[in-house]
Amino acid sequence: MNMTADIIVIGSGITGCAVARELSRFNASVLVLDRGSDLAEGATKANSGIVHAGYDAVPGTKKALYNVRGANMYESLARELGVPYRRCGALVLAFDEEDKKTITELKSRGETNGVTGLEILDRETLLALEPNLNSEAVAALSVPTSAIVSPYEMAFALADDAALNGVQFRFDEEVVSVSKDPDGCFTVHTGKETLRCKTLVNCAGASGAEIHNQLSKEKLAMIHRRGQYYLLDRAAKQPFDRTVFQCPSVMGKGVLVSPTVHGNLLLGPTAEDIDDPLDTATTSSGLSDILKKATRTWSGLSVRTNITNFSGVRAHLPTDDFMVGPCEGCPGYFEAIGIESPGLSSAPAIGLDLAGMIADHLSLSRKEQIVPYPVPPVPFHDMTPEQREQAIQQDPSYGNIICRCEVVTEAEIRRAIRRPVGARSVDGVKRRTRAGMGRCQGGFCLPRVAAIISEETGIPLKEVTKNGGESLLLSDTIESFLKKGDRDHE
Amino acid sequence: MEQTITCINCPVGCRMTVSLSESGEFLSVTGNTCPRGAKYAQQECTLPERMITAVIPVSGCETPLSVKTASPVPKKLIHDIMKELSSVQVSAPVSIGQVILPDVLHTGVDIIATRSLA
Amino acid sequence: MNERHVDILIIGAGPAGLAAAISARECGIESLLVIEREKNAGGILRQCIHNGFGLHRFKEELTGPEYAQRDIDKAAELGIEIECSTTVLSVSPDHIVTCVSASKGLQIIRAKAIVLAMGCRERPRGALCTPGTRCSGIYSAGTAQRFVNLEGFMPGKRVVILGSGDIGLIMARRMTLQGAKVLACVEIMPYSSGLNRNIVQCLHDYDIPLYLSHTVTDIKGRERLEGVTVAEVDDKRNPIPGTEIEFDCDTLLLSCGLIPENELSLGAGVEISPATSGAVVNETFETSVPGIFACGNVLHVHDLVDHVSNESFKAGAAAAAYVRNKQHTAPMITVKDGNGVRGTVPQQIRSDTDQPVDLMFRPSAVFRNSAAVVECGGKELVRKKSMILTPGEMALVTLKPEMLENLPGDSITVRIE
Repeated sequence: MNMTADIIVIGSGITGCAVARELSRFNASVLVLDRGSDLAEGATKANSGIVHAGYDAVPGTKKALYNVRGANMYESLARELGVPYRRCGALVLAFDEEDKKTITELKSRGETNGVTGLEILDRETLLALEPNLNSEAVAALSVPTSAIVSPYEMAFALADDAALNGVQFRFDEEVVSVSKDPDGCFTVHTGKETLRCKTLVNCAGASGAEIHNQLSKEKLAMIHRRGQYYLLDRAAKQPFDRTVFQCPSVMGKGVLVSPTVHGNLLLGPTAEDIDDPLDTATTSSGLSDILKKATRTWSGLSVRTNITNFSGVRAHLPTDDFMVGPCEGCPGYFEAIGIESPGLSSAPAIGLDLAGMIADHLSLSRKEQIVPYPVPPVPFHDMTPEQREQAIQQDPSYGNIICRCEVVTEAEIRRAIRRPVGARSVDGVKRRTRAGMGRCQGGFCLPRVAAIISEETGIPLKEVTKNGGESLLLSDTIESFLKKGDRDHE
Repeated sequence: MEQTITCINCPVGCRMTVSLSESGEFLSVTGNTCPRGAKYAQQECTLPERMITAVIPVSGCETPLSVKTASPVPKKLIHDIMKELSSVQVSAPVSIGQVILPDVLHTGVDIIATRSLA
Repeated sequence: MNERHVDILIIGAGPAGLAAAISARECGIESLLVIEREKNAGGILRQCIHNGFGLHRFKEELTGPEYAQRDIDKAAELGIEIECSTTVLSVSPDHIVTCVSASKGLQIIRAKAIVLAMGCRERPRGALCTPGTRCSGIYSAGTAQRFVNLEGFMPGKRVVILGSGDIGLIMARRMTLQGAKVLACVEIMPYSSGLNRNIVQCLHDYDIPLYLSHTVTDIKGRERLEGVTVAEVDDKRNPIPGTEIEFDCDTLLLSCGLIPENELSLGAGVEISPATSGAVVNETFETSVPGIFACGNVLHVHDLVDHVSNESFKAGAAAAAYVRNKQHTAPMITVKDGNGVRGTVPQQIRSDTDQPVDLMFRPSAVFRNSAAVVECGGKELVRKKSMILTPGEMALVTLKPEMLENLPGDSITVRIE
């Protein structure tokens, strides 16, 4: 069978998109497959959105290496791609002597990893900086370089950049099996088709081990560790300016309270090991666990302004480290798996490194010309009155506000659908524009967004989905229901 | 025989017990606090009526047409009236108040449009 | 950039905005503009195709669209300018309103008086923190109502409704009449906040069971809703383990409360009452910002649109008086919520008012054979007996101006005895 592409990347989360973007700088055909109907439907859309400084990762691990490198790349990358990013700083709280030892250890670890600006703060300084902290905190590690970012917007931008530079994306393609062929190339079977490539790249997130185990003699057992969250309404003033952590444990970084880059407040995550990597339900025990733990940070905790809950599943390897690079015994197969926290932070660096390795392996030449990423327009929400007036003059659909909670216009929603790797579902529009992310949670804008999706994509309204697959919004027309007469759906 | 119903005239919502003859004639009522309740009980247990409102599709227009019965109709006809509505063909334009289905099921009551559609 | 001056700017052309506009015009204000973000005027009434509107005001029962059309026709007759498809982005404390539309671009409007009539939004699932999956098929009742009654689409076939307020009850009937199967209406409180009439005509008529003191505790379905778990709750409204019932459904409608939409009001510096989530107003419906008035659901959530119109007529007239410099200020009497009372509007009364004042409030529980009492420093001003007071029905006590003469203090309390 002929080659479908030189390189197939499995997974379009932050890692897959970062790799794809770097690969697009080389002369090779690249195809990204994702089982979801859109980019970043796994953990990339359901995490804390933090670009960690890198004090938590154990020195010498891949986590430490890529975290710090990636974190240093983020500011300029975010600027180049027009992705919301803010260096808000972080605190790791200590409540007793034991904790104080831990944060001292974290400081030294961070310094070994190359993190700058780390400082231990005493209680007085701490409470002056963040007056809403639980006054039981006795000290904290201050991490000025810690930042927040919109993780899925970063993935979308990386994907669009890749697509502009020739990378293809195919969705609803669950990789069922992979094998190495006698000619050294790979065959990939998805639910829909059979594909062939010279080089295979595994960025399959929580399902990474399933791919790995089909190609490697060394079998991996991945642990699916779910994290649930509360997301509180935007407010003029959130209780904290910085991301606030408690001391980490073996299960992870623990429950944090953090502003998000869009001005919401995030509480969470939990850390529960589950069987099904796709089980992103929230549970009452998980949510109450967050409240219990978050009170240690924020004694004035209130979820009265909660607007939604969500969860993501981490890809945790028992080695507690990333696996990035070629796979011994299977030349041409590269992987970036076990990419749990600090995966988001590390992705740009992983992408760069892995693409370099693949380019070497295939002896790829660099493209002479790259299509530069077009500076995205300022969101209407952030425009000045003059900018707004001008935008509407050039495109009157900027004058139709579709999402009133987040002030998102019709023009921006159409643009989200028309982007190189554009939205085709309500959630796809939501994550690219914020329409539906406000306090009414789409109560007002959903019918309008669905209508625009239908118009732009040709998908009939009753087939428009929330996020692909069977997640239809509607059942049928009133006409069909009236004609059905006797209720045959009892 | 006896029937228990809740009065709808005011928020007290008196639970009333109505006695009916074998043939369904109203005999007496207990549990009401005012005469309005008794009157409602009598009506509701002998000849309950309802206003029906619905939306039906309109050809030539994406917005459906909201309609109502011009006056109350026997409650037992709700399902059948909805069936009648399912086979009515309406095209735009429609004016508010326009008769969509005259004398539905020989009740003497018309189904009329409650909004205008261009 | 388009700039204009008007005497009165009204935000929202629903029943509140229309009534305020009609009233202001009838008071002689010519320079009047109503801004509406939808393509048509009428507000939420456009999708309320059921009847039950206008019994008090018109002495006949109308459907929502018919009630709205009365005011739309009246406004047209009076030559009132309504700009549709225009969204207000901000209102400043000094009366500068910024809005946008595709046809006119950005407009800056300076108004002598502003009437806020933006209505309210619905409480979403996130505010309830209901655990489970984030599948499709979960809608607030109003959004579902919009799909059915304005877009012509049924959201699903097998429906569970959470919340037995009137919107949930109305949708139980609507979904059933239009061919879906409604399996249950679930209510966390031990009583329904809906009208008895709606319990009978929306649930009993269609044999739809009402589960009081129950709530949805889990939502299942990876892509589209497949089912919900409903459990009984204790007196602290916590689910009781072991009482779970599973419902096989593809649609969950949430009717869990309305919240006045006051984002613009906050920007204007209008003081908001935590009890109503609406503006603090005096008896002329003027907010804490002089010349800015509020009426309708944005001020407090109403049950009857007739009361919305009534209140909004007053607000429109007050805005007109303000424009004519005839709106005087005076020391305020504060109105406080006493025992059993929540969210009394108005929260302030000018001590020299010469008109009767309707105090509107929500009882905080069900009270039988009680009295609403308004008092000041131990002196009873008015007592109104009621056979029943319930949170589902806004209560009203009228204060005559003479009752406010020679008060022993500067605040009065409304309570239930």
